[in-house]
Amino acid sequence: MAVTALAIAITRNLFAAAMLFGIFSLLSAAVFVVLDAVDVAFTEAAVGAGISTILMLATLARTSARQRAGPRLRAFPLALAAGLVLILAWASADRPRFAAPDAPANLHVAPRYLEQGPEETGVPNIVTAVLASYRGYDTLGEVTVIFTAGIGVLALLGFGRARRD
Amino acid sequence: MQHHIVLKVAAKLLLPFILLFALYVQFHGDFGPGGGFQAGVIFGAGIILYALVFGADHARAVIAPVVVRAVAALGVLLYTGVGVVSMLLGANFLDYDVLAAHPVAGQHLGILLVELGVGLTVTSVMILLFYAFTGEG
Repeated sequence: MAVTALAIAITRNLFAAAMLFGIFSLLSAAVFVVLDAVDVAFTEAAVGAGISTILMLATLARTSARQRAGPRLRAFPLALAAGLVLILAWASADRPRFAAPDAPANLHVAPRYLEQGPEETGVPNIVTAVLASYRGYDTLGEVTVIFTAGIGVLALLGFGRARRD
Repeated sequence: MQHHIVLKVAAKLLLPFILLFALYVQFHGDFGPGGGFQAGVIFGAGIILYALVFGADHARAVIAPVVVRAVAALGVLLYTGVGVVSMLLGANFLDYDVLAAHPVAGQHLGILLVELGVGLTVTSVMILLFYAFTGEG
């Protein structure tokens, strides 16, 4: 993954970058599978590696395939990014261990969802139960975001052209 | 893409399975991995594959942009509608327990409808984006 990320940053060919983004997404989907998050992996593979690559290629077909040669490495942004990496690495040092049973995230509402979910919703897949029932408001928000994004793209690209025809 | 006979035949062979798999992911999301988001993206990708291989104009003839726009709104409306119906039946917004005689059956129905709403919106927004990028929306 690190190699793909570096290649994306270095390459000037935007077609190659779009394909590398797809590979990166597929690799992260594999990571999610290893972490037993099959639903997330499924979404990442379908959205990240599939649709967004196609949309990026469709965008490139309308613009140019090469990035203009920008200025080379600048000191200040590089220092800023390096500093951020250091802060994040330092902060993650006292994060609870991965999947630790006593981590705050695993103590709040998760046990109740896991224990009561199958009886209350009758849905064996706990991810679906949480997503559609317990966290229904959040999912409604997500759908609204997708819908609004679609409308936004249409407003930028679609409506004007459709009227001209 | 006018003369790619292999691509066209392969796409024609694959399309029914892609769309069927999307429906399976949609309605089997209760039991296995999947749900409205993934199913919507897969269904949208199937239509986009058709548009890529046979040309966007053919795809527009099959699924008109007007229909796609209406379905995108319909998905959000279906989701919110389930919430409003549960409110009208005296429960909280998006509390599915009251949708059927038994709370578990109500939850089943509510989750199914809500996921269907998600799937409809995601599918049509994906197709809509593709249409927008390949010409008129």
